Amino acid sequence: MAKSKNVLFGLYDDDDILVDAIKTAKNQKLDIMDVFTPFPVHGLDPALGLAESRLHIAGFVFGLIGAITAMGFMSWISVSDWPIIYGGKPYWAVPSFIPITFELTVLFSAVGMVIVFLTICGLGPGVSAKVLDPRITDDKFCLAFDVSNMEEDEQTGLRKFFEETGASEINSKTI
Amino acid sequence: MGSITSPIREPLVTGNKTYGQITEDICAPTERAPSLAWVVAFMIANALAAIFLFASLWTVWQGIGTWDLNRTVGWGWDITNFVWWIGIGHAGTLISAILLLFRQKWRTGVNRAAEAMTIFAFVCAGQFLLIHMRRAWLAFFIFPYPNTRGPLWVNFNSPLLWDVFAISTYATVSILFWYVGLIPDLATVRDRARGFRKRIYGIFSFGWTGSAKHWQRWESLSLILAGLATPLVLSVHTIVSFDFATSVIPGWHTTIFPPYFVAGAIFSGFAMVQTLMIITRYALKLEDYITIGHIESMNKIILLTGTMVGVAYLTELFVAWYSGYIYEQFAFFNRAMGPYWFAYWAMMTCNLVTPQIFWWKKMRRNIYVTFIMSIFVNIGMWYERFVIIATTLARDYLPSSWSLYSPTWVEVGIFIGSIGLFFTLFLVFVRVAPVVAIAEIKHILKSSGDQYQEKNERYAEQKQFSEKN
Repeated sequence: MAKSKNVLFGLYDDDDILVDAIKTAKNQKLDIMDVFTPFPVHGLDPALGLAESRLHIAGFVFGLIGAITAMGFMSWISVSDWPIIYGGKPYWAVPSFIPITFELTVLFSAVGMVIVFLTICGLGPGVSAKVLDPRITDDKFCLAFDVSNMEEDEQTGLRKFFEETGASEINSKTI
Repeated sequence: MGSITSPIREPLVTGNKTYGQITEDICAPTERAPSLAWVVAFMIANALAAIFLFASLWTVWQGIGTWDLNRTVGWGWDITNFVWWIGIGHAGTLISAILLLFRQKWRTGVNRAAEAMTIFAFVCAGQFLLIHMRRAWLAFFIFPYPNTRGPLWVNFNSPLLWDVFAISTYATVSILFWYVGLIPDLATVRDRARGFRKRIYGIFSFGWTGSAKHWQRWESLSLILAGLATPLVLSVHTIVSFDFATSVIPGWHTTIFPPYFVAGAIFSGFAMVQTLMIITRYALKLEDYITIGHIESMNKIILLTGTMVGVAYLTELFVAWYSGYIYEQFAFFNRAMGPYWFAYWAMMTCNLVTPQIFWWKKMRRNIYVTFIMSIFVNIGMWYERFVIIATTLARDYLPSSWSLYSPTWVEVGIFIGSIGLFFTLFLVFVRVAPVVAIAEIKHILKSSGDQYQEKNERYAEQKQFSEKN
């Protein structure tokens, strides 16, 4: 369990103001803890400098596992475990195996990716959300700083930053 | 300023909404006491679902002999209903996946409800699969599991087995796609709720906070799931059509079946989405989110897919004649002029003729016409499956084994009841979850909200002006 943090956060009323504030914070080299928004804001990722998600790699790997599982399993059954001739076709009737191979590729890929997504985001049934403000999922846009190890004057500087960038509210919370 | 859309595009969110109002409008139906109309509708749906339960238990208890199936007509209303429901399910994935890949913003208004509809249609379709297997408790035999009979495996060369995998994969992926999309919106409901409700929604929203990195991954996940679901949705009905097309029955043994079935599935699915959304937008007062523009867009798809299906009907007729193969020719003559002629002409009228009304913009944008048409299409597509299945089976190669088939009360009860089951699930859904994707509507507000239209227009003019000089 991670140690609880003292968070100082500003709430903005609009996504455009938030993105501008983030750019200002980046120029001032402030260390942003996280940004919370009610919806995926356009232009947020480049402003924050977030690296592109690598989730698609997980999708590809799981898909590959699915394809190999399906093709391997069907081939083993039809060629080695219990060979039966259907309609005069060869035991290893590859065209017949393609639909199921495709389906399992998609199935493994989708299920695997969702599990990876939930795991790396730390989400799951029963996980209690560390909500800074309940209005963040409604219409407030939140920029948060970790102030656990910060001096008082640094925090005052952050408050000033929030005021200058147009935050409608400035609050702090321990999460 | 976020992304700018063309100023000539119709706004997708009307009523000068703010972010806060969007939350309020969409969450409110889950928070207030149910209206009288909902209660009445729920009771009717429940009563029908009870008929479903009784009739299907009757089938399981007494055996499949309670249906009117016979030696030639081995598939009747059961598979007709199964294909009908599966087809209806296709619209949800089409809206959420294919339209996502095509960056069609109007999908945001209807995708949540359409995906829910997909899942509920699947629940109904699955029932027919289970019941028609005669011994529903042995249904697990269809999966290749290590058993004590050898192990004797299932036949991987059979389209019926491909169907098992296609349907179960499709159901799983649809549920995942739908639920991943729901998580942020359930968090919105959670943050507005108090007490016990808050705890329940807390569990179901998986601890969502709206962190920037989570949103980025969420968008990435949605996009890849859409990319996976797109070929999947095409594969599912293709494989359903293989159930027929790989057999040697005249009228079934055709290569046109896969594209024709897929188009028909999308056609019937959109009709059901229209039926549901027209009622829902009125009952929940969501006219600002599901606008006439949305309805018109869906009508265009109905017109397109309906015409594709119509072309397939005519192509089938032409090819039957042109093939010079008397059994194929007879099969189609029999469909149009045989004992089930009414089903064929109902199909032709509802699927090919009447949707042509949507060539007129005035008709596409008329709610009453749309609603009536959506019912027509639902009926027409049901008849299509009946024509393909029962009519074809009733007239086999050997005239001595020709037979007729009409449903018993048990089959009718199961079908009518399955509609009740569908509506029961849908009515519960509109009470517990936001029917419109809140986060996605907020995401498009600045490019497609009506109050931004003027701003976008001004921006476009300025840009033109500055480019000129």
